[in-house]
This record gives sequence, structure tokens and C-alpha cells, in this order.
Amino acid sequence: MKTLRIVLVLALVSVFSAGTLSFFELLAEKRIAENEKREIEESIFTIAPQTEKIEEVKDYYKLFDREGNLLGYVFLAEGQGYQGPVKILFALKPNLEELLGIEIISHQETPGLGAKIDSEEFKQQFRRLKVLPKIEYLKKKPSLPNQIQAITGATVSSRSVVNILNKKIEQIRRELKKR
Amino acid sequence: MKKLFKKGLWENHPIFKQLLGMCPTLAVTTSAINGLSMGLAVIFVLNFSSGVVSLIRKFIPPQVRIAVYTIIIATFVTLADLFLKAFFPSISKALGPYVPLIVVNCIILGRAEAFASKNPPKLALLDSLGMSLGFLWGLVLLGSLRELLGAGTIFGVKVLGDFFEKWVVMVLPAGAFLVLGFLVGIMNYIERKRR
Repeated sequence: MKTLRIVLVLALVSVFSAGTLSFFELLAEKRIAENEKREIEESIFTIAPQTEKIEEVKDYYKLFDREGNLLGYVFLAEGQGYQGPVKILFALKPNLEELLGIEIISHQETPGLGAKIDSEEFKQQFRRLKVLPKIEYLKKKPSLPNQIQAITGATVSSRSVVNILNKKIEQIRRELKKR
Repeated sequence: MKKLFKKGLWENHPIFKQLLGMCPTLAVTTSAINGLSMGLAVIFVLNFSSGVVSLIRKFIPPQVRIAVYTIIIATFVTLADLFLKAFFPSISKALGPYVPLIVVNCIILGRAEAFASKNPPKLALLDSLGMSLGFLWGLVLLGSLRELLGAGTIFGVKVLGDFFEKWVVMVLPAGAFLVLGFLVGIMNYIERKRR
């Protein structure tokens, strides 16, 4: 009898909890998806303000300007940072040789140090950056069009961003060659 | 009655006296707004859990009470998490995994076990209200101090001018321990003076 009561109470509480959660999940689901989509769109407009139309293709986006010219492609890349995953959105020019820019979607880097990968100052360096043969980082002022300067005291975070980009870009180029 | 409510605000303060809930206390208070958001989320979860636990306290078999409390708490935590994700995505992002981790915040399970499960809803709510508000002001104070010293701002508003050399360590984990230690010391000092 006692056991039955234990099982009954636990089951009842669980069912009630699951029901409540499913109900609210249904309510919130749409808004959460919208928030995520809006965040991506806002990042795209920051990188390429002249964008008029965004076309979603499988796992990337195509950007067009007012006249319908192809501005570039947008990809999402994710990799390991200093303290956790770093998620980056970046746009490549149609020739796939130059970046339009990057935005950091999420990261868990050290506040005041590694977190500066999300500062304008750092992201600005990726505007019109050549990605061939690959992006490089220096601890001093860069001299070549494919180099950026790492954040002082946060070399690991800076390197992570560069590595995540290089890896994804290489993968994109390789897949394109196959086609 | 009044005493019960005040208990959590000062005498038996969850952070500075009981030293409970240290994981969110230390981890999220890198800024005042993060402290405030976490505090509000805990107010929601603690009051609803205490209320529900108190309401059904007579039906819960003692052998499985902790499991039942945990399910109730987890339900409200998930609701808070969904709400933040849907309406305040930036705060949800800043708090990251610490919202779901409210489930294991010992203040909440502690209040359920020590108080709500033994008292009627009215008293349980007074107790949880005091405790959660106490937790809130503790987090906001801690967050403000760390943000002030580590970034020169409070709630993102610049307070200290450019002459101030930021103590970056204050927004790092070590700073959390430093500020908490000083605050606990100050609380004990005030308490001793009052006696």
C-alpha cells in the first residue's frame, strides 16, 4: 500500500510537471525561434548594411543588394574558445577570398580580456580581410592583408576566432571545388 | 509574522549569513544587471516552489520528498528559463547555463525542506519572500561592487572617470571571492557592533 502511494504521488507530480512545461514550451517556442532568427539577421545587417534581401540556402545565407547583385555568403561557425564554445557568424565575398566581416554570436570568454573578441575594435579588423592562404594573427601591428593583431592578454581567444574561421573557410572552399 | 519576513533579509541572510547558493552568487555577479536578473529569477522560482511544496506537503510521502521537491523546483526553473529566452534573450544569453542551474541552488531546496514542508502556505510564502528578496539585494550589491571596481560602471552607466584604472580581477572569479569575503566580514562587524 505504502509503495503504491509513493509511486502514485511521484507519477502524479511528474505528469503534472510535464504537462505544464509542454504547454508553456508551445507558447514560447515560436518567440524563441524568432529571437534567434532576428539575432542572425541583425548580425548580417551590421556586417553588410547594404543588404536588401537574405536568402536562406541549406546551411548558409545568400545576400543581395537593392539591384539584386550577389553581395556575398553568410556562414555560421562554431569551435572551442578559451573557456567554452565560440559561435561566429561571418560573411564572405562572392569570390570567397575576402571577408565582409564577422560577428560573435555567443562566447564565454573572460570578461575584460578574452571577451574583447566581441568588441568593435577587434571585429573591425576582419572587414575586408583576405582569407588566402589563411588568416594569421600577430602580437604586433599587422602588415599583410591577411593578418590581424591579437588582443593583448587574450591570445588564446584571438587564436580561437582565427582558427574557427580558417577551418570553416577551408571546408567551404573544399566543398565548392568538389562541385 | 514580520520577523519571519525579515529573517531572510538580514539576520539569516541566505548569502552573507548562511553562505548558501554560492555557485550562482559567485559566478553571475560580474555585473549589476546580471545579479538583478538572477535575483528576479530566484524570486520567481523560490516563491512558487515554496508555495506549491507547502500546499501539497501533507500528500508527499517522506521517503520521496526530495525527489518531489526537485521536480517542482525544476518545473519552475524551466519556466523561468523559457520566459527569459522568449522575452529577454540578451539576459538569457548573459546568464547562460546559470538559469537552468537554479535547480541545484541549495537556498531553494533548503527552504522547501526546512520550512515550506512544515508550514502552511501563508507562512511558507512569507519565509520565501524574505529569503528571495535577501538573495536579490545580496546579488545586486555584489554585482554592483564588482562592476564598479572591474569596469568602472554600475548597470552599464559610467560612474568612475577615465582616471580610474580598472581592476579586471574583480570581474573574474577571484574578484567574486574577494568581494564576497569583504562583505561577509562587514556584515559580521555590523552585527557585533549592534549587540
